[in-house]
Amino acid sequence: MSNELGTIDKNQMSVHSDMQTNLENQIKIQAKDLNLFYGDNHALKNIHMNIREKAATALIGPSGCGKSTFLRTLNRMNDTIPGVRRTGEINLDGVNIYDSKIDVVALRRVIGMVFQKSNPFPKSIYENVAYGLRLIGMKNKTELDEIVEHSLKQSALWKEIKDRLHESALQLSGGQQQRLCIARALAVSPEVILMDEPASALDPISTAKIEELIHQLKENYTIVIVTHNMQQAARVSDYTAYFYMGDMVEFDDTKKIFTNPEKKETEDYITGRFG
Amino acid sequence: MKDLVKKKHLFNSEWFIEKTLLFAGVSSVLIIALIFVFLFKEAILFFQTRPPFDLIGITVFDSWEEKNIFKMMWQAVNETPKYSLIPLVCGSFLVAFPATVMASVFGIGAAIYLSEIAPNKVRETLKPSLELLASIPSVVVGFFMLAVIATIVQNITGSKFRLNAFVGALGVALVTFPIIVSISEDALRAVPKELRDASYALGASKWQTIWNTVLPAGVSGISAAVILGFGRALGETMIVVMATGNAALVTGDIFSSVRTMTATIAAELGAVAQGSEHYYALFLVGAVLFTITFILNLCSEIVINRMRQNLRM
Repeated sequence: MSNELGTIDKNQMSVHSDMQTNLENQIKIQAKDLNLFYGDNHALKNIHMNIREKAATALIGPSGCGKSTFLRTLNRMNDTIPGVRRTGEINLDGVNIYDSKIDVVALRRVIGMVFQKSNPFPKSIYENVAYGLRLIGMKNKTELDEIVEHSLKQSALWKEIKDRLHESALQLSGGQQQRLCIARALAVSPEVILMDEPASALDPISTAKIEELIHQLKENYTIVIVTHNMQQAARVSDYTAYFYMGDMVEFDDTKKIFTNPEKKETEDYITGRFG
Repeated sequence: MKDLVKKKHLFNSEWFIEKTLLFAGVSSVLIIALIFVFLFKEAILFFQTRPPFDLIGITVFDSWEEKNIFKMMWQAVNETPKYSLIPLVCGSFLVAFPATVMASVFGIGAAIYLSEIAPNKVRETLKPSLELLASIPSVVVGFFMLAVIATIVQNITGSKFRLNAFVGALGVALVTFPIIVSISEDALRAVPKELRDASYALGASKWQTIWNTVLPAGVSGISAAVILGFGRALGETMIVVMATGNAALVTGDIFSSVRTMTATIAAELGAVAQGSEHYYALFLVGAVLFTITFILNLCSEIVINRMRQNLRM
């Protein structure tokens, strides 16, 4: 039993150790031979990775290492960028999401996303959360109300804004906006939530709230989070992958990555010797 | 230390450049103010000889028999001249409104296509050709309407008048269209990419994203485009002189000949005695037109400002 989590390429078997806790969770997403090109730029090189269900997986690495690009391949957001070419597979519960039969729109309902810059629609708080539900044609007012309330409670925003649901979402503070974006993603009941540096533009208190939220959410959702902040990765994630120049250098238990990494490069980055 | 001391120049070039630029910037305001004052100063003189009611066409002191609909006429060259603005305003709107509707439907559609759907290559050829459309002199458009389109329209609709409001509106729509496309497209492209991403990430299709996110976010800019287009349509002169038939009728029939405010000024001001009643009446028409377009521009400015605030993230 080895290479459960994957390595940079097939020949290089490594990255392993005691993972009793890890093995309890099923594999939710599996990247296989994943390569991605922006024009001539080889942005992701032969990525193999198994992402576990109901756990938080952090992607770390210096700017431009491919961690955000990898994240965006997981819900096919790169499809909207012209000039992107991809080979290899990404399997969600064993189904290749790049198969021609896959409905991208349905896929994105299963794999939600939260962006670096909070991006609420210039609509009311309520309408922001209800957006995804209205897309699938939900019109029942009580049902909508219920889901909106539940989602806002899940994202720990309900108490703060329950009296001004119908005011503009743009009035909220940066941290509240970001939690609104999380609520909006939760409303369509996804199974996986991708977070692209969700706290990088926030103050420490708002960041703490988001991190607390991630802790709660991983009980029910599979979370993949890109972060620049290594302490954050150490705090919120169960697994950590270190990316460098389009390679996935190391992927392991977060504890192991931060205390006893297998690779010299990982150690150098973790300890701040570069990056 | 000596080098740090301000050097005394005979002629301070910085000051001169700044003031020249200031003058260039302020000149437009100055010119508008001057035109405004001149126009209204002349227009107001109309009331020396005529009561304001004449502008509508109802003369209060006339006997009952004379007080009928036919008084709502613009007959400036007549033994008893009549200066009712109603037929002119009516004509202007009968041309400008349909023109704006047509130009808006196609213009907003084209803007959505250009900003949201068209691949880069298509956009790069389409956009310049749209801008080329704006560069056709309006006299050429007018001539084209008069010589070609009018006959086609009459053949299709069987209208009584060959030159009518509809033919004029088609021509005006043609010159309004590029304005509406250009401003609407700017408004749509100003919608942040993050909002589109958010919509896609929630499982919206392309069209759902356009309809639910991009258009609502850009609606103020699009409204501004339509308002500005309407102002342009009201102010258009050459096309309407040539293509609308120039009969000052009070009518709601789009296939009737009409005469617009602009066409009236263009056609009559050259032949009128300076300082006469007719002369002042034409200035009054100009003042009314200027007021309407000024208000329209003001509205669009307010609407655009509101859009900027809405999209501030």
